[in-house]
Amino acid sequence: MSFVKLTTSALAIAAVSATAAVARDQVQVAGSSTVLPYASIVAEAFGENFDFPTPVVESGGSSAGLKRFCEGVGENTIDVANASRRIKTKEIEKCAENGVTDIIEVQIGYDGIVFASDIQGNAFEFTPTDWFLALSDQVLVDGELVANSAKTWADVNAAFPAQPIQAYIPGTKHGTREVFEDKVILAGCEATGAFDVLLDQASGDTAKAKKKAAEKACISLRTDGLSVDIDGDYTETLARIESNKNGIGVFGLAFYENNTDKLQTATMSGVVPSTETIATGEYPVSRPLFFYVKKAHIGVIPGLKEYTEFFVADEVAGPDGPLAEYGLVADPELEKTQESVSDEVVMGGNS
Amino acid sequence: MKTSLDRHSGGSLLLQSTRTKRRNAAETRFKLYGIAAIAISLLMLMVLLTTIISKGLGAYQQTFITLQVELLEKKLDKKGNRNLTDIKKVSTFGYAPLIKASITDTVEELGVVTGLKAKQMAGILSKGAAAQLRDYVIANPGRIGDTVQFRFLASSRVDGYLKGRVSRSSIENDKNITPEQLDLVDSLIDAGLIEKTFNIDFIVGADASDQRPEAAGMGVSILGSLSMVLVVLALALPIGVGASIYLEEFAPKNWVTDVIEVNISNLAAVPSIVFGILGLAVFINYMHLPMSAPLVGGLVLTLMTLPTIIISTRAALSAVPPSIRDAALGVGASPMQTVFHHVLPLAAPGILTGTIIGLAQALGETAPLLLIGMVGFVASNAPDSIASGLLSPNSAMPAQIYEWAKRADPAFYERAWGGIILLLLFLVSMNLVAVILRRRFERRW
Repeated sequence: MSFVKLTTSALAIAAVSATAAVARDQVQVAGSSTVLPYASIVAEAFGENFDFPTPVVESGGSSAGLKRFCEGVGENTIDVANASRRIKTKEIEKCAENGVTDIIEVQIGYDGIVFASDIQGNAFEFTPTDWFLALSDQVLVDGELVANSAKTWADVNAAFPAQPIQAYIPGTKHGTREVFEDKVILAGCEATGAFDVLLDQASGDTAKAKKKAAEKACISLRTDGLSVDIDGDYTETLARIESNKNGIGVFGLAFYENNTDKLQTATMSGVVPSTETIATGEYPVSRPLFFYVKKAHIGVIPGLKEYTEFFVADEVAGPDGPLAEYGLVADPELEKTQESVSDEVVMGGNS
Repeated sequence: MKTSLDRHSGGSLLLQSTRTKRRNAAETRFKLYGIAAIAISLLMLMVLLTTIISKGLGAYQQTFITLQVELLEKKLDKKGNRNLTDIKKVSTFGYAPLIKASITDTVEELGVVTGLKAKQMAGILSKGAAAQLRDYVIANPGRIGDTVQFRFLASSRVDGYLKGRVSRSSIENDKNITPEQLDLVDSLIDAGLIEKTFNIDFIVGADASDQRPEAAGMGVSILGSLSMVLVVLALALPIGVGASIYLEEFAPKNWVTDVIEVNISNLAAVPSIVFGILGLAVFINYMHLPMSAPLVGGLVLTLMTLPTIIISTRAALSAVPPSIRDAALGVGASPMQTVFHHVLPLAAPGILTGTIIGLAQALGETAPLLLIGMVGFVASNAPDSIASGLLSPNSAMPAQIYEWAKRADPAFYERAWGGIILLLLFLVSMNLVAVILRRRFERRW
């Protein structure tokens, strides 16, 4: 009995003293699974080259990461949120509500989104219009909006083989989804003229509200199972394609480059996705990657400033650095980012 | 009209009636169903085990490249005073030229003709080679200026080539490796500089980033798992056994204890992710315990394991015959003496079995760890003491496996299977201990 008492009380004391005494000495990062590989490469090199412990990097999606980021200030909240899209005004407001006001935005480079299918299957040359016609819930036929009835890619574009449409697209908690909607579906919506029809039908008080409603209607996708949301990571999309050879999935460029033996990419508007075509802006479906830092944590969490500066250093995020080697398209304006990071410039102007 | 007796009277003892035959046939069929069920589950087990072993064994072997590296003073210690702070200022990027020079020299010495540039040649090495070099120099600053032999990890593509995962046709579109690099690898194999050996680092090492799957190991996450199991053992065993002794031996039987009993059974059926949310809310947000710490993981898993331990302990206690208690009470022992001197020792094997099975369950759990920050690129700092083992961020074995399975490079996939082998070994040995304990100490009445 005394042993039992002893262990319980010892553990209780340990737990309580841990609460009071231990300050966190490692940087805590969470967010986009697209940024995760880059962040873990930087974290590893950071741990090797500095006397700080290796930062902890979790994934879970941009929105999930920013949500945790905005939970408040303090050691039990994360210091850095990775995001594959820019932070939304709504999220900044939510942050401010919880006391997270000074946020440093860091753009690390660009990432391409590729459309890939099984390497043995048909090759595709897509345009945004094809994707809109394949996946939208409503398409324009003779000036009328009707429910999408396309079953094969040949229905969408006569140049394509009659392969059944089966698309695996990122789920809504991923930042990639938004880019897919903006740069592919919406672009296709506008190109087919469906956007104008939707704009006419849209209800709203102002022109802006109408436009927003039309955009929202544009990006609503069919729900009959031909387009599947993948909430997990790209490995899940790959597994789906491996089991269904007709599937076409949305991947990050870096993921594709690690799996070139299983996947082939489709061209978009005639451009082959590669770091070069993304850097020049020829390949249309790319987006900047970001991470967000709480300024209030700089100086409190050891190594946070150093980690941030190291992340955007030329030897790391530059065109010859390990991140570019892994598939990141280096930001041509990296120098500007480095400056604003070292000056701790926060979002919203005044530093 | 015939009576039931008449129907049977016509039959002979030696001849089976149709009904007997039918009954016997039904029994044979039932036995066959049973055998088929066992055969199917055995087959599934075989498929599972062969898949795991065939896919995972590769992770225990790793390709190494032996190279002589000249530790140039003008690169590593420009001031020449062997001051450790100055040496530390040279980052791993500053070590890359040494490796390039070393591999170029080696290739030249061997007389291998290759059109590759120095950078491409160095590409067959792991990205971690520079870090290995830097760690060595910081540990032995006296060796600067010497030429030292190193055994570097080969890059995951080269490793895959030696393991047969990567071939010249599969890398057609791969930008991480070229056929010329594989030609160089072939000639280095002939020269005996590249070899595939057992890789202890997979079992003792730390996790590595997406760029160097060849360097990733399970070691740190094993420590994380063990720390958690330690916390679970230290908390769940005394609390669980204490609670069940009271409930079983001392508590009055009324509606309060009935409610408690029902709720313990309910708690045992609660999905584990619920405990994760609870852990996040209570231990991290309210009690301000550190994120990603095995202590928090252990506390969460304690909550999950407690019902299992309580239920099995109560079963073990109630299996002790009342005659033992009556005899002890009869010779004048107090109720507490009865329990601790007589009932508990007899119930011990059952309690231990339940505890070990509960611990094994806790060891294999991932879901609650997702929410308390133990899944991700976490297991990279090896803890240096028991306290840091409990408090500094760490992952757990199943979480590490899940993390690897998600990563882009297929080399991580192999490591995930390799990790499963380790996890299964742990689970099997725990279950084995449970079986042995039960066999040795079990008493039958």
